Amino acid sequence: MKVLVPVKRVIDYNVKVRVKADGSSVDLANVKMSMNPFDEIAVEEAIRLKEAGKAEEVVAVSIGVKQAQETLRTALAMGADRAILVVAADDVHTDIEPLAVAKILAKVVEEEQPDLVLCGKQAIDNDMNATGQMLSALLGWSQATFASEVDIEGDNAKVTREVDGGLQTISVKMPTIVTVDLRLNEPRYASLPNIMKAKKKPLDEKTAADYGVDVSPRLSIVSTTEPEARKAGEIVGSVDELVAKLKEAGAV
Amino acid sequence: MAKDMNGPGLGPFDWADAFRIEDQLDQDERMLRDAAHDFAQDRLQPRVMKAYSEESDDPGVFREMGEAGLLGVTIPEEYGGLGASYVTYGLIAREIERVDSGYRSMMSVQSSLVMYPIYAYGSEEQRKKYLPKLVSGEYIGCFGLTEPDAGSDPAGMKTTARKTAEGYVLNGSKMWISNSPFADVFVVWAKSDAHGGKIRGFVLEKGMEGLSAPKIGGKLSLRASTTGEIVMKDVAVGEDALLPGVEGLKGPFGCLNRARYGIAWGVLGAAEYCFHAARQYGLDRKQFNKPLAQTQLFQKKLADMQTDISFGLQAALRVGRLMDEGRAAPEMISLIKRNNCGKALDIARHARDMHGGNGISEEFHVIRHMLNLETVNTYEGTHDVHALILGRAITGLQAFY
Repeated sequence: MKVLVPVKRVIDYNVKVRVKADGSSVDLANVKMSMNPFDEIAVEEAIRLKEAGKAEEVVAVSIGVKQAQETLRTALAMGADRAILVVAADDVHTDIEPLAVAKILAKVVEEEQPDLVLCGKQAIDNDMNATGQMLSALLGWSQATFASEVDIEGDNAKVTREVDGGLQTISVKMPTIVTVDLRLNEPRYASLPNIMKAKKKPLDEKTAADYGVDVSPRLSIVSTTEPEARKAGEIVGSVDELVAKLKEAGAV
Repeated sequence: MAKDMNGPGLGPFDWADAFRIEDQLDQDERMLRDAAHDFAQDRLQPRVMKAYSEESDDPGVFREMGEAGLLGVTIPEEYGGLGASYVTYGLIAREIERVDSGYRSMMSVQSSLVMYPIYAYGSEEQRKKYLPKLVSGEYIGCFGLTEPDAGSDPAGMKTTARKTAEGYVLNGSKMWISNSPFADVFVVWAKSDAHGGKIRGFVLEKGMEGLSAPKIGGKLSLRASTTGEIVMKDVAVGEDALLPGVEGLKGPFGCLNRARYGIAWGVLGAAEYCFHAARQYGLDRKQFNKPLAQTQLFQKKLADMQTDISFGLQAALRVGRLMDEGRAAPEMISLIKRNNCGKALDIARHARDMHGGNGISEEFHVIRHMLNLETVNTYEGTHDVHALILGRAITGLQAFY
């Protein structure tokens, strides 16, 4: 079984996000970037499948700016076998929209013929939560989103999904797209020797044009604003007072 | 991305990375540093308070560091090392010392003072025998140079190696030896009668008859790192224990130069911790209806800290690049070891002060860094001794004695 893991380079989750002065987007100049945490979970799961003897090869793919090479090296250092970088933008502020990403991924899937595509449920920068689903539609493959448990049983993937009401377990025919949720696993750290070894693993570089995909944006950003600062709380003296306040606010 | 150098805007400023060290590192260096950072924050930070307050021995740290690949950063891959640059070694030291100078000391001793001499001065057999296990942390190493009556003047050492038919017999005692109570491998320096009384290095092993390493308790600094003595009473070793590649004080100094270089980076990690903590405390703590950070005295101290850290990092990086080109002079290392230790200690003392009463609590960590840095300012050449090394280079006149 071959597993394809798309990974996205995003602003590091520890960074305090600042909006650009003109409100066009978040300021990404000279900001620490890392692998999207949900994608890290997907990489980890793919490596575990390989370690369990259920997968033979793990291929990581990233679409974006050239610097995403670093993100791929992290995936290689964690244990992916090889990587594909699809350069689709020059400016770090250019975010490739989910549909364009899904179209490129569909072409990569055609080439690579994986049995399973494991991706993060969403990227923490724009929170679109769309690429996996779009890819499934483009390929006509089954999908299992928000996975908190993944098991391979013959030609099927048994996936436990985190849904609003609780957990749902479904079995989907492979090849399939699984998007992973937070509780699936805890990703390992890349050890220093593995980071050095990752340099020797193959990393192919392509462009969006190689796949004949137009990545020009279809969405326009109207404005970007920082969330409103949290307002000061109020200390109440008793439960009665709390209930009265809540009633006053129309909350109960 | 060349911008118009005459444009009015200039560039943005990052208070935590004033001179953009980040841009001056390559991808490997950044990735390895980040991995070391994650290890230090995840594995070392949670245990440091307990380790420090109880002055406990934690030899398990070496195994964990070994697994993560933090030991033997500059040792070539064929001996199990990382085969990375001295800049990388410095960046890693900085991340470990951001947590505690004691953990960084453990790592420095293992890497620069034990693995380096075995690699640089040892025979092929010695390299193969010791290096892979020192890299993995299976073996713990220590380095014996300082003696009760020979500190800044190591040539005054009393430890001797007497030639015998089978090898040598060593006698003497070493003081202030990091890791010695639980060490498996002892790199010891002694005056050898068979070599005209010159200083030679020997590799001793735990369990040898007459070799003991009692712990030195009661340190009020560097308590997360175990320190001891090495006592040698007629310790008989074979010819194969001698490090064949070096003779004289340049042997231990070659090791110390590398360790001191790492220290120059490491202390800036501790200093950065204190700087960031003081800044945050000043932003959070309100007195007289405004944040402490909105007062001029507080801001002046923060500006001094930022300046010293930024200069220190830039200098350490420059010396690191020269190390990697084989062009760094020992005096450059004296300069940055002295400056960065002294400045880091100053920063920690100010950070302690800026935390007010909270500054003395272990929970805020700054007093632990401050107490640690008292040691780091002293060991591996005191602040003043490095001034004398520089003074000699400036004037051509030695003023040690």
